[in-house]
Amino acid sequence: MDNTLSHKQHAQIQAHIQAHQHVPGGLMPLLHAIQDDIGYVPETVYPEIAKALALSVAEVHGVVSFYHHFRTHPIGKHVLQICRAESCQSMGSANLEADLKAKLGVDYHQTTADGNVTLLPVYCLGNCGCSPAVMLDDEVYGRMSAEKVADLITEVCHG
Amino acid sequence: MVKIYVPIDSTALSLGAERTAKKIMQEAQARGIEITLVRNGSRGLFWLEPLVEVETAQGRVAFGPVQPSDVAGLFDAEFTQAQADQAKAHPLYLGLTDELAWLKKQQRLTFARVGITDPLSLEDYLAHDGYQGLKNALAMSGTDIVKAVTDSGLRGRGGAAFPTGIKWNTVLNAPAEQKYVVCNADEGDSGTYSDRMIMEDDPFVLIEGMTIAGIAVGATQGYIYLRSEYPHALKTLNEAIRKANLAGYLGDNIQGSGHTFHLEVRRAAGAYVCGEETSLLESLEGKRGLVRFKPPLPAIEGLFGKPTIVNNVISLATVPIILDKGAQYYADYGMGRSRGTLPIQLAGNLKQTGLVELAFGATLRELLYDYGGGSASGRPIRAVQVGGPLGAYLPESQFDTPLDYEAFTKIWAVLGHGGIVAFDDSVDMAKMARYAFEFCAVESCGKCTPCRIGSTRGVEVMDKIVLGKNHPQNVQLLRDLSDTMLNGSLCALGGMTPYPVLSALNHFPEDFGLSNKEAAA
Ligand SMILES: NC(=O)c1ccc[n+]([C@@H]2O[C@H](COP(=O)([O-])OP(=O)(O)OC[C@H]3O[C@@H](n4cnc5c(N)ncnc54)[C@H](O)[C@@H]3O)[C@@H](O)[C@H]2O)c1
Ligand SMILES: Cc1cc2nc3c(=O)[nH]c(=O)nc-3n(C[C@H](O)[C@H](O)[C@H](O)COP(=O)(O)O)c2cc1C
Ligand code: SF4
Ligand code: FES
Ligand code: FES
Repeated sequence: MDNTLSHKQHAQIQAHIQAHQHVPGGLMPLLHAIQDDIGYVPETVYPEIAKALALSVAEVHGVVSFYHHFRTHPIGKHVLQICRAESCQSMGSANLEADLKAKLGVDYHQTTADGNVTLLPVYCLGNCGCSPAVMLDDEVYGRMSAEKVADLITEVCHG
Repeated sequence: MVKIYVPIDSTALSLGAERTAKKIMQEAQARGIEITLVRNGSRGLFWLEPLVEVETAQGRVAFGPVQPSDVAGLFDAEFTQAQADQAKAHPLYLGLTDELAWLKKQQRLTFARVGITDPLSLEDYLAHDGYQGLKNALAMSGTDIVKAVTDSGLRGRGGAAFPTGIKWNTVLNAPAEQKYVVCNADEGDSGTYSDRMIMEDDPFVLIEGMTIAGIAVGATQGYIYLRSEYPHALKTLNEAIRKANLAGYLGDNIQGSGHTFHLEVRRAAGAYVCGEETSLLESLEGKRGLVRFKPPLPAIEGLFGKPTIVNNVISLATVPIILDKGAQYYADYGMGRSRGTLPIQLAGNLKQTGLVELAFGATLRELLYDYGGGSASGRPIRAVQVGGPLGAYLPESQFDTPLDYEAFTKIWAVLGHGGIVAFDDSVDMAKMARYAFEFCAVESCGKCTPCRIGSTRGVEVMDKIVLGKNHPQNVQLLRDLSDTMLNGSLCALGGMTPYPVLSALNHFPEDFGLSNKEAAA
């Protein structure tokens, strides 16, 4: 996956930096805005962020690396998160997890060979009334089985 | 024109409500039947979602669970005239929604409107007693508002159960040019979703509660710190805030009162510890979520060093009804020092899961069997975790404990945010204990050693216990380690991880390869 930024992406990042420069506690919303657009937070823009927000590069790095949500490298076109927390465990999420890893041929934090799906663990999706739960991009799905998730992937990612 | 309701709540969507709604629109059009489709919140009966309701002269009639493939059949049965004999004979017909046993026995105060209204209709909100609390608050002094909250007996629903009015009073009496109201919407606890439901299904009640808090203590800026796993709540909140601003319920000179309150949603980024209030404040300030030492309390030195109210979503969303109906009305519910109601969330291996709001005092057994209908798998319920990942596991012998903060403390357990997760007899409690350590290790902020190092050591010790190596020594090590974490951790992440671990060991010693006698030693 390509790690160099296009002109357009760089302009987007510039605009976000400008918009958040004077927002109190603006670093978190800025990082979100960048990741929403680009898909990740490129380490190459840390110096620009640091300068605009009067921080050190080390501080920017410290914040990005502290939070599970932020990533510093491009990932697959779609993100599949499997809930690993207790309620989902009580409804067999461990089997779901093992079956899906086998089906997709990846472990957590890896992307399928076709570059389509990145698999991530998550600790509760607030859908514990319908465990086991998964989230594909921004939609949550309940009472899942490996077969149902595979169908979902076909529908959403290849449809 | 007949009104049909299809929920837009995430859980309903997770079971296909969007496709059901589309199919209903298509089918109505194809048959030339005029309908108004309302996207309401969820009534909280998740085993029946997508739950479709039809408005009739007698009240709303429910059908569920309705899959897209059921829709044509429902139209064939003329379900749009829900009280017709044909509709009543349909297998998905459930009768009047308000008469469903699950709902009828509840005391819905905080959740009074949830599932009934269109979450983003301010007109609906106003028509269902919305903004009555604010109206009363605007005619009161800050001191009187705080007194009403204190007198209601409301305690922090985020889990620590600290009296909300006393917290507000500290902020009220802290002199400062700038104060803040921060809503803790991180809802990190597994097995809980009541915050999410309020934000998605009745967002104005949270906005109203925060506005009252701001007016009470003299704070003009509010933030909702929302977990990043809730994209639907984010959209709904932002839209509701926009509408409240337009209608003069937020911003400058609220309803002509001269009061100012601005509100903004900030997204978290997937760190469980950022639900801890001081870690949350660090994160809001744009820093790593390292836990701060207390004191100073956030009420004195909070966001950007200013006096700050930090409250859970449910605490804040309960304030409007207290100001509307009066402190006594709320305090009349409950038992002992647990006043009012608790929105309980049933999760895990249960036949019937969903939201149950009840006055404090119902027993766990009532929740698990009367509401929950027993396990989903049909096997015996063996263990129940109450209060999230830092809550204790309870065995069957403790199922008669009433839901009351003090009663739970007495049995070394926590009620927390009101999440109840059931496990059947296939659960391996040693695995659950290991998982508790693993979770703590993943989420530790790293500021103190007992938690940072202790959690990783805990995983190792559990692995040895499961393998049966040096058993007595390792069990002793497990107890010592838990003791260190309990007493030496800076915050409740490290400090409460021993709850799930030791309760599993003490109540289910056989899963740790011990006889009851050995475990007691
Ligand atoms: N809801 C969730 O998702 C979730 C997740 C993890 C933990 N928890 C809960 O969090 C709890 C621990 O929270 P905590 O560490 O914040 O508890 P705490 O007892 O330190 O504080 C509770 C609240 O009371 C306030 N407070 C205490 N004394 C005060 C005073 N004299 N004046 C004004 N305010 C005062 C604190 O600032 C805080 O807001 C646990 O019991 C657990 O149940 C909840
Ligand atoms: C590790 C940890 C995580 C927490 N997560 C949450 C949370 O997600 N939501 C919440 O409301 N409180 C959470 N709390 C409790 C908060 O620190 C704080 O007590 C609460 O926001 C106060 O609001 P309340 O008085 O209205 O409950 C957490 C505490 C700890 C120690
Ligand atoms: S107990 Fe854990 S999460 Fe809490 S302050 Fe210490 S290291 Fe951080
Ligand atoms: S525990 Fe899996 S969604 Fe909450
Ligand atoms: S370093 Fe925090 S308790 Fe030891």
